Amino acid sequence: MKINQLSLFLENKPGHLRSACKALAGAGINILTLSLADTQQFGILRLIVKEWQKAKSVLEEAGGVVKVTEVVATEVADKPGGMAQVLEVIDQAGLNIEYMYAFTFRRNDKAVLVFRFDDADAAVSKLSAAGIKVIGSKELFEGK
Amino acid sequence: MFAFENRIWDRNETLSREDLESLQLARLRQTVERAANVPFYRNALARARVTPKDIRSLDDIRRLPMTVKDDMRNNYPLGLLATPMEDIARVHGSSGTTGKPTFVAYSKGDLDTWAGLCARFLTAGGLLPSHLVHICFGYGLFTGGFGLHYGVEKVGAAVVPASSGNTPRQIMLIRDLGAQVLVSTPSYALNIAEVARAQGLGPDDLPLKFAHFGGEPWTEDMRIRIEKELGLLAFNNYGLSEVIGPGVSGECAARNGMHVQEDHFIVECIDPDTLEPVKEGEGGELVFTSLTKEAMPVLRYRTRDIACLDRAPCPCGRTGVRMGRIVGRTDDMLIIRGVNVFPSQIEEALLRVEGAAPHYVIEIDRPGSLDQVTVRVEVLPESFSDKMSVMQILHDRIDREIQSITGIRVKVELAAPQTIERSVGKAKRVIDHRAAKPV
Amino acid sequence: MNQHQFHPVSAMDYLPVEQLRQVQFKRLKQIVQRAYDNVALFRKRMDESHISPDNIRALEDISLLPFTVKSDLRDTYPFGLFASSLRDVVRLHASSGTTGKPIVVAYTKDDVKVWTQVMVRSFASCGLHEGDIIQNAYGYGLFTGGLGAHYGAEELGATVIPISGGNTDRQIMVLKDFGVTAICCTPSYFLHLIERAGEMGIDLKTLPLRAGIFGAEPWTSEMRDRIQAATNIRAYDIYGLSEIIGPGVGIECFHQDGLHIFEDHFYPEIIDPQTLKPVPDGNEGELVFTTLSKHAMPMIRYRTRDIASIMNQPCPCGRTIRRISRISRRSDDMFIIRGVNVFPSQIEAALLAVEGTLPHYQIVLTSAKGLDQIEVQVEVTSEFFSDKIRGLETLQQRISHAVENTVGIRAAVRLVEPHTIQRSEGKAKRVIDNRRK
Repeated sequence: MKINQLSLFLENKPGHLRSACKALAGAGINILTLSLADTQQFGILRLIVKEWQKAKSVLEEAGGVVKVTEVVATEVADKPGGMAQVLEVIDQAGLNIEYMYAFTFRRNDKAVLVFRFDDADAAVSKLSAAGIKVIGSKELFEGK
Repeated sequence: MFAFENRIWDRNETLSREDLESLQLARLRQTVERAANVPFYRNALARARVTPKDIRSLDDIRRLPMTVKDDMRNNYPLGLLATPMEDIARVHGSSGTTGKPTFVAYSKGDLDTWAGLCARFLTAGGLLPSHLVHICFGYGLFTGGFGLHYGVEKVGAAVVPASSGNTPRQIMLIRDLGAQVLVSTPSYALNIAEVARAQGLGPDDLPLKFAHFGGEPWTEDMRIRIEKELGLLAFNNYGLSEVIGPGVSGECAARNGMHVQEDHFIVECIDPDTLEPVKEGEGGELVFTSLTKEAMPVLRYRTRDIACLDRAPCPCGRTGVRMGRIVGRTDDMLIIRGVNVFPSQIEEALLRVEGAAPHYVIEIDRPGSLDQVTVRVEVLPESFSDKMSVMQILHDRIDREIQSITGIRVKVELAAPQTIERSVGKAKRVIDHRAAKPV
Repeated sequence: MNQHQFHPVSAMDYLPVEQLRQVQFKRLKQIVQRAYDNVALFRKRMDESHISPDNIRALEDISLLPFTVKSDLRDTYPFGLFASSLRDVVRLHASSGTTGKPIVVAYTKDDVKVWTQVMVRSFASCGLHEGDIIQNAYGYGLFTGGLGAHYGAEELGATVIPISGGNTDRQIMVLKDFGVTAICCTPSYFLHLIERAGEMGIDLKTLPLRAGIFGAEPWTSEMRDRIQAATNIRAYDIYGLSEIIGPGVGIECFHQDGLHIFEDHFYPEIIDPQTLKPVPDGNEGELVFTTLSKHAMPMIRYRTRDIASIMNQPCPCGRTIRRISRISRRSDDMFIIRGVNVFPSQIEAALLAVEGTLPHYQIVLTSAKGLDQIEVQVEVTSEFFSDKIRGLETLQQRISHAVENTVGIRAAVRLVEPHTIQRSEGKAKRVIDNRRK
């Protein structure tokens, strides 16, 4: 029920993001969603793609440092309070969110929240137990 | 009776009370005369309607006006000099309550006196000419490093002027060079013990036999712990740059309080509110008058330090009254890793940074052995940026300004607007977790 | 008597050359004997080259003696080169070595006295005297710069402000508020101070400051011109190294044309670093010193790795002690930043300590607002990459601490993408020096 996320190290300089995206485009890889964290010197590009193994090797061949991390995707109603409800569960379960991002593409009235926890497995079971819908890769990419 | 031979550096340390007091009286008169050359003291004496001739007994000291830290600031940089500038051999500084430090000056004679005072307490605490002394006080404008350095040199022992920082390297030098004596703040000694332990080193792996601690208050529990962990005998010494620096008082082998070097300083213990002497043996604010300082004599300097005095005779033979450990302050000064810091300095640093609000909380903790300060500062709404890099630059500027004014490194945390509690009147700016913890 | 040029202890600066050579020869014989009798390494080396102290029959015979190099100090750490018992030592200083262990140097009471005297002669050479107000912004502590200048200034009879390094705003405030007449610091730090004073709206030309004693790093005539144009000071180049004594081995005089070496205590030679043969006066080569009066730690023909030449023409100032040209470069890969000597091997040791393996790295030296900056660029490897910002920031901090612990200065650490640091055939170009270009 976890999703593999790719992280790519980028220097905070013009052109660096474009060359990474170009490499993926050249291999015909579509990016479902992404988040970019910035600091003064460097950034971390976090990507969710369907063919993550292929994307990883494409990025590595282009000279990048790539890391695969398991993240947890949950589905919530795309309406006021939808996210708050999930966060309440997370709070009560005592889970610490390292970072998160969200998207709504192709999901009608639903939104997807992507969370990075230290212990993804524990998070999945706690969220599921609390009735939050945790979605796996198949569902995510095939939009079932 | 003592763990080592009780040596006396200077005969004046054992003068009979009668001889000591007549020496004090003669020197007090000279000091008042000398101070009368300084416009600030001349005016203060005139306001108190006292002339040097009025000093007929030691009790007459109570007729003299008191001096406070702000008097130093108001006479910045060297308005309190009693000698011409060409007779000044050295200038030192200490934290001011604002961005400007206060400065103190020494004649050649003062430097010699000072070295002698340090030699006295170092000798009282076991220092021998054959010893190697590792000094991890910072050198520079602060008086700690230099006072001890020249004192050790006066005794004839060898100095490793290690200064502060880089504990693993300090331990390496202590072991490889074979230092028998450590000079530092007590909390830094604990840090040395902690790092040594992490390296698998016990007390037997360190050559240290004696330690002289100052610069911050500490407790008997800390003494027991440091002595056990480093395998040495630890001695307390006291001083402040406005009076001379370290060497105002120090412990002897009996270790039952610090002998005030009364042939050079008269000590009083007063109630900080009424300014009247406290009852014998009770705690109060210590007030010092210098008796021999040439460049910058001080009359009745209020230290803001709270301690008690013990006039009972000491088995070591020194006749100077003993002061107990400093148990508190009568102002809001903080001592962080041996450095004096005023909350007002932090406030001034924040005022210098555009984008920082003057709302802050200072939190002090001692997670291991070293003090850690976190300053939480509110960001002004208009200076918030969606770019992490802009926020980091703001963070770093606050960090730099605080370090530049206080001389210590703190951890800065940016807080959202309106998240730091406002209180009517004096805000609770400082949360000190150290006091609550046993060391 | 010209009080701006003379101090009683400076008499040795003006000794007739014949007499100076006699003093040097007498002291050389004594020091070689002392080193031979008390230091195992010197005795072994001399025995191996079949030289005994009796073979020193003239000053020129110094070239018979074996050389000493920096690694000898490391290999005999900590006390191997001491010629005195520890009981006679009153001071120890240390500087960072080429790798983990420091270089330790020792002084007896007499050594401290000699050191103080050469510093008094140095200050006198810059026209300073009793009554001057000297702000000493060299770092105090194990580094010899701070305490060396401090003792000299104190003995000179000046007012000493032992401000130590850092906190530029306060340095400027003190310069101004105390009517400071001379400052001691690295030349690059003073350039920074000039910049900062400009920002603060303070014209250094309006201050009584008239002399700068700048050393601990090589600098150029262009830097001197900039310093002297922005202030009313004469900027003097001072030379020294802790292995020999610390600051005060040599200094410029009023004429600012070469550094007078206090050669009654430190005998200079210039050699070809390849052949190790002496080069003729006026030609560049590696500077070599023999200490003529040090008790605790005599140095016989110590190779400094600094490249300079001996200027044997008389100086208009009247000093008879010879001059050397300013240091033009080094014969090894050491670089100096903010007065601290750094070897690339130290940075490597620090990176190894953090990462376990040596990543691709590069050291980039720049100067911002006159202040030297050092940046260590490290390629991120998959082993250390983290998807969390704080993971990478922790890595940066760990490298930064390790570098500070080994080298003693704070370096900025920049994580860069893999394969972005240029590889070169053979020896990698580890240091890019973009300062003052």
